[in-house]
Amino acid sequence: MLQVGLTHFLIISAVLFSLGIYGIVTRKNAVMVLMGIELVLNAANINFVAFSKFGNFGLGGQVIALFVIVLAAAEAAIALAIVLNIYKTFSNVNVDEIDHLKE
Amino acid sequence: MTFYDIIFYLFAAITLISALFVVSTRNIVYSAFYLLFTFFGVAGIYVLLGADFIAVVQIMVYVGGILILLLFGVMLTNKITNVEIRTGTVQLLPAAIGIGIFMGAVVAVMIWTEWKLEPAQIPLTTTKDIGHLLITDYVLIFELLGILLLIALIGAASIARRDQE
Repeated sequence: MLQVGLTHFLIISAVLFSLGIYGIVTRKNAVMVLMGIELVLNAANINFVAFSKFGNFGLGGQVIALFVIVLAAAEAAIALAIVLNIYKTFSNVNVDEIDHLKE
Repeated sequence: MTFYDIIFYLFAAITLISALFVVSTRNIVYSAFYLLFTFFGVAGIYVLLGADFIAVVQIMVYVGGILILLLFGVMLTNKITNVEIRTGTVQLLPAAIGIGIFMGAVVAVMIWTEWKLEPAQIPLTTTKDIGHLLITDYVLIFELLGILLLIALIGAASIARRDQE
């Protein structure tokens, strides 16, 4: 059990994923929700790279992990532009107070 | 317990403990700094998995780009005179229970599944092979991601500067 294998990396990834979901669900500030999303994407990336090493897939998993990092960068840029606009309009970025579409 | 295992447990502890602080502290700036340690820990795990190029990209893009972007987001969406930049929380206990059950289920699946292990020979340096893969097998995704990044750049700039018209 102490010998590090595939399972250890998968458990790290599962715990990191759960912490990210917890951050997304419980935080009010939109920037904190973005940090939770980054944690989730990192957890997925660990899985890709781990299976790339322990399954016989060549380097495909690492290439996909690279693509995920690119997507994360694009997502963070767009999301922060939207957050800045929300702040200009509502003077706060709490995701539970911005519900004008409901009315 | 070999040296490799000790390093693994060290990086795993750094990653998970700092991730726990990211989602539990209420000061957003502290969260962003703990996120720095999480990203470094994940980069260390990539190195242990033989992915040197991904680890360097992780540090350059996440720490050098996304984290700075997040900090700018924190600073631009709060009154800068506030010493304490805090975040509110909602539904802490139900979320903790739900996520706890979810985490237990996923970890149990990870432990009890019989993974089909075929350890591949990862070359010592992966940069050259990743480069070859990017312009042969994955060339379409590579080009699409290039276009997507351009669109994201233009889109972010135009959204953020809308009131200039």
